[in-house]
Amino acid sequence: MNQIPAILIDGIIYSSWLFVIAVGLTLIYGVMKILNVAHGSLYALGAYAATAFGGYWIAHGYPPLGSYGMLVVAAIAVGLTAGPLIERGLLRLVYGKEEVVLVLVTYAVFLILEDLTKLAFGVDPLSIPQPYGLLGSIEVGDLIYPTYSLVLVLLSVVVGVGLAMTLNRTRHGKILQAVIHDREMAAATGIDVNRVYLVTFTIGTALAALGGALTAPTISVQPGIAAEVIVLAFAVVVIGGLGSLGGAALGAVIVGMVRAWAVHKWPEVELFSVYAVMAAVLVMRPKGLFAVPEARKI
Amino acid sequence: MLREHTTRILLAALAILLGAGPFLPKWAMFMLNVSLSWGTVVLGMMLLMRTGLVSFGQGLYYCLGAYAAGVLYAKLGIGDIAVMLLASATVTVAVSTVLGLLLAKYRDIFFAMLSLAFSMILFGLLVKTSELGSTDGFGLSVTSVAGVPLAEGWDRYAVFASAVVVAFGAALGMQRYLDSHTGRLAGAIRDNELRVEYMGASVRRVIHLNYVISAALAGLGGGLVGITIGHVDPEMAFWTTSGEFVFIAILSGTGNVLAPFLGATIFETVRSFAYEYSPNTWQLVLGITMLLVIMFLPGGLWSVFTRRRAA
Amino acid sequence: MSLILEARRLNKSFGAVTAAADISVGVERDSVVGLIGSNGAGKTTFINMVTGYLAPTSGSIHYGDRDITGMAPREITRLGICRSFQIPQLFDNLSVRENLQVGVGIAARSARAGDHTQGEAGEIDTLIERFNLGGYRDQLAGLLPEGVRKLLDIAMAVAGHPNLLLLDEPTSGVSADEKFRLMDMVMGALKAQGVTVLFVEHDMEIVARYTHRILAFYEGRIIADGEPQAVLRDADVRRHVIGEDLHPGRAEAARG
Repeated sequence: MNQIPAILIDGIIYSSWLFVIAVGLTLIYGVMKILNVAHGSLYALGAYAATAFGGYWIAHGYPPLGSYGMLVVAAIAVGLTAGPLIERGLLRLVYGKEEVVLVLVTYAVFLILEDLTKLAFGVDPLSIPQPYGLLGSIEVGDLIYPTYSLVLVLLSVVVGVGLAMTLNRTRHGKILQAVIHDREMAAATGIDVNRVYLVTFTIGTALAALGGALTAPTISVQPGIAAEVIVLAFAVVVIGGLGSLGGAALGAVIVGMVRAWAVHKWPEVELFSVYAVMAAVLVMRPKGLFAVPEARKI
Repeated sequence: MLREHTTRILLAALAILLGAGPFLPKWAMFMLNVSLSWGTVVLGMMLLMRTGLVSFGQGLYYCLGAYAAGVLYAKLGIGDIAVMLLASATVTVAVSTVLGLLLAKYRDIFFAMLSLAFSMILFGLLVKTSELGSTDGFGLSVTSVAGVPLAEGWDRYAVFASAVVVAFGAALGMQRYLDSHTGRLAGAIRDNELRVEYMGASVRRVIHLNYVISAALAGLGGGLVGITIGHVDPEMAFWTTSGEFVFIAILSGTGNVLAPFLGATIFETVRSFAYEYSPNTWQLVLGITMLLVIMFLPGGLWSVFTRRRAA
Repeated sequence: MSLILEARRLNKSFGAVTAAADISVGVERDSVVGLIGSNGAGKTTFINMVTGYLAPTSGSIHYGDRDITGMAPREITRLGICRSFQIPQLFDNLSVRENLQVGVGIAARSARAGDHTQGEAGEIDTLIERFNLGGYRDQLAGLLPEGVRKLLDIAMAVAGHPNLLLLDEPTSGVSADEKFRLMDMVMGALKAQGVTVLFVEHDMEIVARYTHRILAFYEGRIIADGEPQAVLRDADVRRHVIGEDLHPGRAEAARG
C-alpha cells in the first residue's frame, strides 16, 4: 500500500504542532539571546490552563464550540501572567551574564515551574477531550483525520504568516528586528530595549502556552509533558538556526516529516530520529540551517 | 593553593571511609555510594567547565557505563566489580574518542545542544530495545571483586569500598592532571583559545582529551551507581539526569577536586530527605537553590572556603 | 640566502575587496622592519597571512627555505614565527606569572631547540625581568593597566623563542610619554635574543627611530620600500600614508 500520502499528512500535522511550539522559543532567543528551557513548562501551563478553562466552560453548559475560544483565552492568560512575571521578576536580574548561565537560569525556572504546576493542578492526569471530536473528521482518500488536526495546521500557518508580517511590515516588527541584530545600537537609537524584551518574552510565552492549549484536547495532561516537549522544541529551533523564524518553520517541517516517516516505516527509531537529525544538521551546519553569519570581532 | 591540604584531606577521607565502612548503617552507605559516584561524574564536568564547556549530555556516558556493567552481568554472567568498572571505562572511552572528534569543534550553546542530542539518541535507542528491557531496564548483581569472590554479607562493603577507591583515584588523578602543563591549558583555552593556538598548542587536542576524561569519569560513576542500586534504566540518559549533573557542578564550583564530592553529597542528602517528606516540592527547592547560587555565589559553594578570584 | 621571510606575489581578496595585491618582499635576518599604511591598507592582512590566520588567494610565503603558505597558525608558531596583537590577547583570569607559564610551557614542548637551559621557572623569571613585569607578577591579567597588558602580550610572544617576531601596533593604546619607554624595553629585550622583527605602527616617530627599513602599504600594495628617511619623505607615502608633511624640525629629531 502506498504510504506516502499518510506520511505526508501525518508529517504536516506534526510539523504544524512543532512549529507553534518552537516559534516562541526561537523568537525569544533571537531577541534576547536566551535559550529558554522553561519554554516546555509554559507549554505545560498552557495545557493545564486550557483544561481548566475549557472544562469550566463545558461544565457550565456553554456552547461547546466556544471551548475553542477558551483554549486561546487560556493561552493568552498564561502569556500575560507568567510572561511578565518571569521576565520582570527574574530574567531582568540576570541579563548581561553569559549565554550558558542564562540557560541555567531558565533551567532553574523549569524546575520551579514543574513543582508549582503540580501544586496548582495536582499530579493526576487531566483531560479535556471535547473540543477534539466536536468538528468530526475529514476523509482524504481512504484515510480519516480528525478535523481538529486541520484546524491545527491552519492555525500554525496563521501564526507563522502573522509573525512574519508583523516582523517585516509593521513598525513594531522593525524595532524587534533592530534589537535582534544589534541590541546596543538599537538602544543607542532610542529604542526602549527593556520594553521590547518584556513584550517579546510575553509573546513567546503566550505562543508556548498556545501550543500546550491546542494540544490539551489530544493528550492526557500530566507532569512530565514539559520535559518531553522542550527537547523537541530545541531540536526544531537548533536545526533551523536559533533566532530564525523561517528556520523554525523549516526545522519543524524537517523534524515532522522525519518522524512521520519513522513512525510508518521504522518505528524503532521514531524516538531518536529527531535527535539524530539534529545531530546530523549540526554536523553539516554547526549553527543551524538559517543561522545569521557573524562578523569577526577581532 | 590548597594543594597539599587537598591531598592530605583526600588521604584522610580514604582511610576514614574505608575504616568506618563496615560499621555504617545501610542507608548511609547507600547514600555515600551514590554521592561518591555522582561526585565522580561531576568531577569530569568540572574539568570540562574549566575548559570553558558546559555539557548537557553527560548522561550519555553515565548511562553507557551503567549498561556496560549491567550487560556484563545480565548477558555474560560476569559479576566481578573490577571487570564491570573496567568495562564501563572502556566503553565510554571508546565512544567519547569517536564523538569527541566531532564535539571538540563546538562551543557554548551548540556544544551543550549537541551533547544533549547524543544523550537523547541513546535514550531513544534504549527505550526501543526490548532485549535490554526497554523503559524498565534490567537488574544486576555482584559476586566478586578483582577475582576474589565476595563472602556472605560483604558484597555491600565491597561496592562501597570500590566507590571510595574510584572516587579517591579520580580526585587525586584530576588534581595531578590540573597541575600539569596540559591541565593548565584548560583554563587558558577557556580564557582565550586564539592565543593558545598562536602560541603553538592544539586547542582541539586538549578539548578532545578533556572530553574523553570526563566521559570516562561519567562512565565509572554510572557503573558504580548501577552496581549500587542493582538496576539500570534508560532514564539515566534522559536530559534531566544530565541537568542534575550540571546543577551539582554549578553548586560545587570548579575551585577544587573536593568540591564536586561535597556538592554531590549535599545534593543527594537534600534530595533524599526532600523527596521523602515532600515529593512535589524538591524540584522547587533545587530550582531556587540554583538561582541563589548563580546570583550570589557564582563560584559555587567552594568559593565560600577560598577567596576565589573574580571570574 | 639570508632572507628569513619571503613573500612572492601574494594576493588576497575578500569578494570585491582587494586586501593584498601582488605583494613580493623579502626580509633579511636580524633586521627590524616597520610596516606603515592607513587603516585598510593591507598591513594586518599581510601579518595575518604570514602567521597563518588567513590563507592567500594566490602567491606563496617562505620562511627560510620552507613554504609556509596556508599552514595553520599553530604550526607556523612552532617553526619560530610568533606574533603579538593589536588588542592584547591574554588569559584574563590567570596571573601574569601564570600567563607566562602557559607560554613557556607550550614553547618547551615544541620540537624546536631553543634556549631551554634555564628550566621553565627560570625562563618565566627572565621574561618578567626583561619586560619589567615584576611588580605585577601575581596580578590577574584582566586587571592590569593597558600598557602592562601590551608588554605582557609581547612577552608571551617572545616566550615562544621566535626567530621572527611580528608585532601588531605595539604602542597603540599606550600613552604618548610611555611609547618610547615601551619600545626601548621591547627592543632591548629582543636584542639579547637575535630576533628578526617586523612591526606595524601608526606612529611615525616610533617607526623612524627603531627600524632599519620601512614598507609602506596602500590599497593592498607596497608603495615604498627602503630606509626610514627615504620612505618617510617619499611623495606617495606623504600623500597616502602620512597625510601631511612632517614638520622639518620633528624629522630631524626623529632621525635620532
